[in-house]
Amino acid sequence: MAEQIIFYILAALIAVFSVLAVTSKQIIRSATYLLFVLLGTAGLYLLLGYHYLFAVQIAVYAGGVMVLFIFAILLTNRPGENVKAERKDRRIAAGITSVAGLAFCGHIIYWNVNKAYTLLVPAEQKVQDIGLKLMGTEKYQYLLPFEFISVLLLACIVGAIMIARKR
Amino acid sequence: MGDLFSNFLTGSVPIEAYLGVSLIMFFAGVYGFLSRKSLLMILVSIELMLNAADINFVVFNRYLYPGQMEGFFFTLFGIAIAACETAVAIAIIINIYRNLTSVEVGEIDEMKE
Repeated sequence: MAEQIIFYILAALIAVFSVLAVTSKQIIRSATYLLFVLLGTAGLYLLLGYHYLFAVQIAVYAGGVMVLFIFAILLTNRPGENVKAERKDRRIAAGITSVAGLAFCGHIIYWNVNKAYTLLVPAEQKVQDIGLKLMGTEKYQYLLPFEFISVLLLACIVGAIMIARKR
Repeated sequence: MGDLFSNFLTGSVPIEAYLGVSLIMFFAGVYGFLSRKSLLMILVSIELMLNAADINFVVFNRYLYPGQMEGFFFTLFGIAIAACETAVAIAIIINIYRNLTSVEVGEIDEMKE
């Protein structure tokens, strides 16, 4: 009962704020709406029982990425200036594209997805299991991608410094 | 979808409700990607789309294979890759602004240096 009410509140929040984030005239407001969407997504992870993902989403997205966004907006935006949108015909074409895609995928979900699946009892996910699977080298274990991510992060740090430093 | 209404407040949340949320988020991202001129707004739209994909991974993991953790790890790595991509993209955007004093896609038509 409480789960359903929380889910529908979160779903309405995410839908409204994700539409507002891409239609708002001022870019700093868009970033704020994006922050609300990311927090709502973290709420969905919590509702599904993935507590670790909830923490990661809050820390990485709502913490790190949003700070990057706000710094970039403050560095590149002239005050009092609205964001220009594309020409009107292009905006209409974009709207038609996204509504058509929404209708198509919504039709597929409506007719095909709900036939077979119901939610089983959510099992409590232990952080110990996550650690063991993340560090194991056997089947369904993820040491290699973990190391790739670390190399990717290193390359990303070096690349970002190289690109953004003053010459 | 009839189940969605009959079980509105009694049964568990159906899988298509979660998929509908991520669907709306994804196509809001598509609309923003196609209809905005500022590079930062395009980046915001990309974040929305990546986030929708992450929700789908987790939801399919929870509903279809609750004993396994593949979707969970895909989402974890997806979040890390999205953070990397955002950092590099914002470095590029700040560099473009420093050279051309604009972040509008229509005005960036020369390769500096």
